[in-house]
Amino acid sequence: MSDGSRHKSVVLILAREFATRLATPMFITDADGNMIFFNEPAEQIVGRAFADTGELPAAEWRALFQVEDSEGKPMPLEKLPSGIALNERRPSHAQLTVGWPDGRRREIAVTAFPLFSRSAEFEGAVIVFWEEPGGPAG
Amino acid sequence: MEVKIWGCRGSLATPGVETLRYGGNTSCVEVRVNDAVLVFDAGTGARRLGAALAEEGPEELHLLLTHLHLDHLEGLGFFAPLRRRGNVVHIWGPPSPVRSLAERISRYLSPPLFPVQLSDLDATIHFHDVPDGEWEIAGARLTAGHVIHLGPTVGYRIEHDGWSLAYMPDHEPALGVELIPTQSEWISGYPIAHGADVLLHDAQYTDDEYAARIGWGHSSVDTAVAYAQAAHAERLVLFHHDPVHGDVQLEHMLGHACDLWRNGGPPPTLASEGMEISP
Repeated sequence: MSDGSRHKSVVLILAREFATRLATPMFITDADGNMIFFNEPAEQIVGRAFADTGELPAAEWRALFQVEDSEGKPMPLEKLPSGIALNERRPSHAQLTVGWPDGRRREIAVTAFPLFSRSAEFEGAVIVFWEEPGGPAG
Repeated sequence: MEVKIWGCRGSLATPGVETLRYGGNTSCVEVRVNDAVLVFDAGTGARRLGAALAEEGPEELHLLLTHLHLDHLEGLGFFAPLRRRGNVVHIWGPPSPVRSLAERISRYLSPPLFPVQLSDLDATIHFHDVPDGEWEIAGARLTAGHVIHLGPTVGYRIEHDGWSLAYMPDHEPALGVELIPTQSEWISGYPIAHGADVLLHDAQYTDDEYAARIGWGHSSVDTAVAYAQAAHAERLVLFHHDPVHGDVQLEHMLGHACDLWRNGGPPPTLASEGMEISP
């Protein structure tokens, strides 16, 4: 290993390759919820480029923006598609409001699904952000 | 550890005058360590190896399959140790969430694709999904790691007495990433190949051929060299020769590989039937 990070499975390597070729913002987490990659379209959500942030621990990337429900109440992680994909290991979709520290807010649909390898091992999750109604965010 | 190549052709057995120097049998590599016999893949090269083993008569051996494409499996029905009562053969392979290793192999070793069934073989066969971590056979340390190829596929690493061999006959690491300067943790199969004394690696295509075959699961010579260099392999042996490449073409590709090689140490070589490798 070049920097002590854990070697990525083939599933995660190919997921990242897929993400780099999409115009849709996509995040990839490992099985522990750490953000191991986000693509260029997702930079507008994170506010920084992946080349600048590198991998982000779970607690750190979740603090980058706040997610609210339709009534403006902060949503706990376990209710978010990403939390459901990571904790319950099932796909989930929701329409949410994302708010940033600078006051910006945006309606976004989020789809998250777990990644299982052929050996049925849980590898992580993919989180896709869609700008309503239907077009890619960013 | 002693290594002998019995087959290094990719995809399809290719006998003929144009493949005499490097051979036409598909993947099969014998490894001897502490009097134990390990066989990597059961391509058509396994027939001659099996005949040699039948004369010698080891009662127990390990067959380690990288994956179940036919060019890595079709020698199994002609592998003599499987037909000898009293022999114990351990067959290792990549796991599947859907079917067991035995069930998947039986799809080939059964009518109408093959006249003999697994249950007809006289040897006692034990099937094993390769474990996630390291394991030992005859005092040698083995590691299997999933790699980019079509279908569940692993590469193997075997280490003994400070010397290591990495075997990755079918591998397309360039599909996921640019190999250089990508961080090593994002390179398919890196832990298998890292620092290996000898790396047997897929080098099926020229760069021009690869451009028309992206996603087919194989590597160009350029990729094989870049991969070996990224993994700091000491020595690269180009493996899984394309069926349409005769000896002359392979030597041309080897020259290109040597031009690209920057790791120091011995330059790349072409795998050939009968080739022996040892520390």
